Amino acid sequence: MEEVDVARLRHLRPRHYGRMTAVVVTLLLLALLVDAFARGKIDWSTTGEYLFWPTILQGLVNTIWVSIACMAIGIIIGVLCAVARGSPNPVLRSAALFYAWFFRGTPVILQLLIWFNLALVFPRIGIPGLFDFRTVDVITPAVATLLGLGLNEGAYVSEIVRAGLISVDRGQYEASKSIGMSYWLSLRRIILPQAMRVVVPPLGNEFIALLKITSLASIIGFSDILRNAQDIYYTNAKVIELLMVAAFWYLVVVSVLSVFQAMLENRFGRGFASSATR
Amino acid sequence: MKPLVSAVRVGKSFGSVKALEDVTLDVMPTEVVCVIGPSGSGKTTFLRCINQLERIDAGAIWLDGELTGYRIVGDALHPLSEAEIAKQRRITGMVFQRFNLFPHMTALQNVTEGPIQVLKKPPQEARASAMALLERVGLSHKANVYPAELSGGQQQRVAIARSLAMQPKLMLFDEPTSALDAELVGEVLGVMRDLAQTGMTMIVVTHELGFAREVSDRVVFMDEGRVIEIDAPERLMKEPREARTRNFLKAVLSRS
Repeated sequence: MEEVDVARLRHLRPRHYGRMTAVVVTLLLLALLVDAFARGKIDWSTTGEYLFWPTILQGLVNTIWVSIACMAIGIIIGVLCAVARGSPNPVLRSAALFYAWFFRGTPVILQLLIWFNLALVFPRIGIPGLFDFRTVDVITPAVATLLGLGLNEGAYVSEIVRAGLISVDRGQYEASKSIGMSYWLSLRRIILPQAMRVVVPPLGNEFIALLKITSLASIIGFSDILRNAQDIYYTNAKVIELLMVAAFWYLVVVSVLSVFQAMLENRFGRGFASSATR
Repeated sequence: MKPLVSAVRVGKSFGSVKALEDVTLDVMPTEVVCVIGPSGSGKTTFLRCINQLERIDAGAIWLDGELTGYRIVGDALHPLSEAEIAKQRRITGMVFQRFNLFPHMTALQNVTEGPIQVLKKPPQEARASAMALLERVGLSHKANVYPAELSGGQQQRVAIARSLAMQPKLMLFDEPTSALDAELVGEVLGVMRDLAQTGMTMIVVTHELGFAREVSDRVVFMDEGRVIEIDAPERLMKEPREARTRNFLKAVLSRS
């Protein structure tokens, strides 16, 4: 073996030629994109002008509250259905299964239309002697949206929660029973908090999807942000400019949600995260 | 004196498998009983029947003078509601082979959970007595640590404290050291030994024959779902009457 002065040898870092090429191509495409939009026929000042337009903001508020309300409905129904799916009683199990099957098996837009047109099937709704209403008065676009998206969401949430419940070790049920807890107490204090660790990431995903799906409600006349943006461009023909306004607000809300989701994940990762990082 | 546990001709089947058959055993207050036997002999099932994690399908078990799981009406046994069963379970504490601590709670929260949520004790008071219990199992310095950061032996000691916090009259131990590394077995057995000395009534399913001999008042040998032999530990281990007991002891002792 030849004589080598090990102390004088230099360790060179490997060069990633493929990666460097990809970086150059990416930057080039990005520059082209920016240039295209800068020179394209978009009147960015109009976009800026409508960003805080009252009807746009009103649409944004509608989009947000309907998303939150639908998610709340979805979570309540979803948890109940997930628990029913784990019930020893075959009737409860089948009912929950049927619910998930129906609402996951049909398009949301179809469900929205059915709810909105409920008056065709039941002209009046009520309990004889107690109250009685014309269905068209009760099922407004907002109510139809809540029912349609909320019930549809429940079907998806039930699957997510069920997976979460299954992920909790059986020993946890037994340990909580052994300290005298009832089924519901152990569900609330021991099982669900642990299931949340598994449930929160897909649930956050689901919420983001729901936020965007609310735009479908515009076809039954619900004034969400997209619908209101459209109403404006029907009159002034600034189509892309107003779609950009709507896109901007969707991105803002989704970004806020992502931060919120990260906080929740931290919260429910207690006792797990600390061990993983150690 | 009346027995704290009175199991009479208890039977339990899982499908066609008879896990327990005709098991009869009385345990007096302050008594420590160890249950030994080959795996699949029904020891663990028997323990789980005592605190109603399993529902028995023959015979009856009385706990502290009260029939468990059923109410006698005429000559029929009517099952109790979940809430009533939950209440009966408070008489017993259970320690599991795999600890089953609540991973999302600190050691202290594990111990206070039952007293605060089930017994409705004021949190301040529950925390104070929980700290005393953690002190007793030698873990007061780990009060604010999550289970994942504790060794197996420490987790099992917290689990014992969690059970004791409910002030049970009877402690059930289901192979409490079987999941532990050899060097951690001693600390858990030490806590159990101290507990026995305070006069706690205990039923311990174990493979630790040394512990059984030293701490228990009586040893029960089970095989194939039946009680084969009950005797004082010295006698059962030195001069077992039944061939099956002899074979089991020979097999276990030759291993170590």
